[in-house]
Amino acid sequence: MDDFIPATESEKEYMVQMRPSTTFFKDGVKRLSKNKVASISFFVIIFITLAAIFVPMFWPYGYEQMLGTTPGRPADSSFNNLHPMEYSSTELQLMEQGEKVFPHLFGTDSQGRDYFIRVVYGTRISLAVGFFASIIVLVIGIVVGSISGYAGGVVDIILMRIVDIIYSLPDMLMVILLASVLRQTLDAALVGTPLEKIGSNIISLFIVFALLYWVSMARLIRGQILSLREQEYVLAAQTAGAKGSWIVKKHLIPNCISVIVISTALQIPSAIFTESYLSFLGLGVNAPMPSLGSLASDALNGLSSYPYRLVIPAIVISLIVLSLNLFGDGLRDAFDPKLNG
Amino acid sequence: MSDSTTMDQAKQPIISVKHLKQYFDINDGFFKSRPLKAVDDISFDINEGETLGLVGESGCGKTTAGRSLLHLYKPTAGEIYYRGKLIKTKADIAEFRKKATMVFQDPYSSLDPRMTVADIIGEPLDVHHMYSSKEERREKILTLMEHVGLNSEHAARYAHEFSGGQRQRVGIARSLAVDPDFIVCDEPVSALDVSIQAQVINMFDELQNKMNLTYLFIAHDLLVVRHISDRIAVMYLGHMVELGKAEDVYSRPLHPYTRALISAVPVPDPKVAKANKRIALTGEIPSPLDAPSGCPFRTRCKYATEQCAAEVPEFKEVETGRFCACHRLAEITD
Ligand SMILES: Nc1ncnc2c1ncn2[C@@H]1O[C@H](COP(=O)(O)OP(=O)(O)O)[C@@H](O)[C@H]1O
Ligand code: SF4
Ligand SMILES: [Mg+2]
Repeated sequence: MDDFIPATESEKEYMVQMRPSTTFFKDGVKRLSKNKVASISFFVIIFITLAAIFVPMFWPYGYEQMLGTTPGRPADSSFNNLHPMEYSSTELQLMEQGEKVFPHLFGTDSQGRDYFIRVVYGTRISLAVGFFASIIVLVIGIVVGSISGYAGGVVDIILMRIVDIIYSLPDMLMVILLASVLRQTLDAALVGTPLEKIGSNIISLFIVFALLYWVSMARLIRGQILSLREQEYVLAAQTAGAKGSWIVKKHLIPNCISVIVISTALQIPSAIFTESYLSFLGLGVNAPMPSLGSLASDALNGLSSYPYRLVIPAIVISLIVLSLNLFGDGLRDAFDPKLNG
Repeated sequence: MSDSTTMDQAKQPIISVKHLKQYFDINDGFFKSRPLKAVDDISFDINEGETLGLVGESGCGKTTAGRSLLHLYKPTAGEIYYRGKLIKTKADIAEFRKKATMVFQDPYSSLDPRMTVADIIGEPLDVHHMYSSKEERREKILTLMEHVGLNSEHAARYAHEFSGGQRQRVGIARSLAVDPDFIVCDEPVSALDVSIQAQVINMFDELQNKMNLTYLFIAHDLLVVRHISDRIAVMYLGHMVELGKAEDVYSRPLHPYTRALISAVPVPDPKVAKANKRIALTGEIPSPLDAPSGCPFRTRCKYATEQCAAEVPEFKEVETGRFCACHRLAEITD
């Protein structure tokens, strides 16, 4: 019964000061930070991401730099295939002369390139591809899914038939076909534009994602919107005079945020995998540029002598995928108040 | 409106519903659809400051009537007037939204689980930009909460932390946010525990007096509306069959359907109960997808004749302020 006593001035004051209108988002973040597994995963992701961004800036070796080849001098093959922490004969001489030489943490590859920086750079590429591809998928999926679900009628039917068609295409085949066709056409089209630097392969990868992988996201969102649309709070918002965009933004999307978050968290590793197998087939990133996938596939050649060249990128991929998944789970728990009594 | 005198305005109903129809297309196999006549040609007025109770069995179209009169659905046919002005264009509807609101039946699905109580109550204010500063918004929300007896500490909590009764109070506060003068209350207590139904109904009563509100109060239970209503309207299968002063309808029902409804209401006094002959409602309410021809009630009416099957009885004024739709009204005497 106490609940129904009108507020006194001091209570109002209390409410204003003690609980400054916490938003749903703030509450979710608070809950998330209490979840240990999710927090650790979050820091792993942040650590890997920061390393991928900043390490190449101060690392003395470049990812495409063949250490044994200096212009105007004969190739020095002692740089090739170094084991972790090993130095080439040239470097050993330098060190005897008292100069400092930066160690090769993971050794070098068959062309004398520092393997550590290649892994870091590969992580950067893989993360970027995974992240941007997921953003593309997410944006297209949300836009198409919510229009389809909210508008209904003919719009819905047309959009969903398009989704069905794309869905029914064998996606491996389509990815390979699209990637190879796009690569050829893009190569010519990109010459002289700023995009040339990014490389036609990565751009074609993004286009492949944009064209093919939004469909399941769109379906998911549409299904959610369809069921949420029937909720009376949507009607209540309409009674208050809210327009369609307000309802989608304030009610429908926030209420499927957990679904969006989980599927995005899963989309990133799946994008990283797709990028990897395309790289493996030679359709991924352009040649000197490494990605975790292409590093792993390159490592297959010398597997018996240099197994760590496969193990290292594999561990990094697993770490990224695992922490993204665990973090996604944590997000779901934190942002679904119905699970948190 | 500008040319009408104050006298006219005093008499003018706040809401006029004229021949309102609301059909839903029901898919019926491939590319076929047929209309579900949820509301089929109803007309009535609601006077300023009164409570019109709307009763009828579940599925007879009460909710639909309430929603389409608020233009939440686009009416299939018919007109709705607010203070004599036809509501038609988008601008009319937008303006109407600030004057007419709704309290929903389900206190669970009608509150967004993602929003705090303060944001739910404040949503109409946000939509209509009805404040100039955050402080003003908070002040307004706290005042609304006070009106419905909610503790201000609850403002920052989520609705799922509350009981049904408290949730319904949140819904009521939201419906009051724009300072409306007409509220459709769609079975606002039927989902609540019996022990708090009376509390909430009393609150509706108090709010009405305090804020000079007009209600369309929907219920499937005559007992609930009898207490709060000035007049009662009875619906059956999308049609309105009877309308009159609450006490009249209750003590002297005219339409065979209303008679059956009233006789089914338990009476606390055994003498009165004995004197009342119970009229049992036999059979099921037909589906609105294949409603009977003529009078909608004829499949269950013991007075039904051939005329009842052939013609839809007109909903007409049989006494001053008393409406009924039945061919054989004059002949039914018991
Ligand atoms: N949006 C809708 N689409 C299709 N049919 C509906 C819809 N809303 C209500 N109906 C149908 O209209 C009839 C009346 O429903 P309703 O107005 O909810 O009745 P009540 O509120 O009196 O229980 C029911 O048969 C119901 O199935
Ligand atoms: S019109 Fe006929 S069927 Fe309908 S209520 Fe009257 S007597 Fe019964
Ligand atoms: Mg209803």
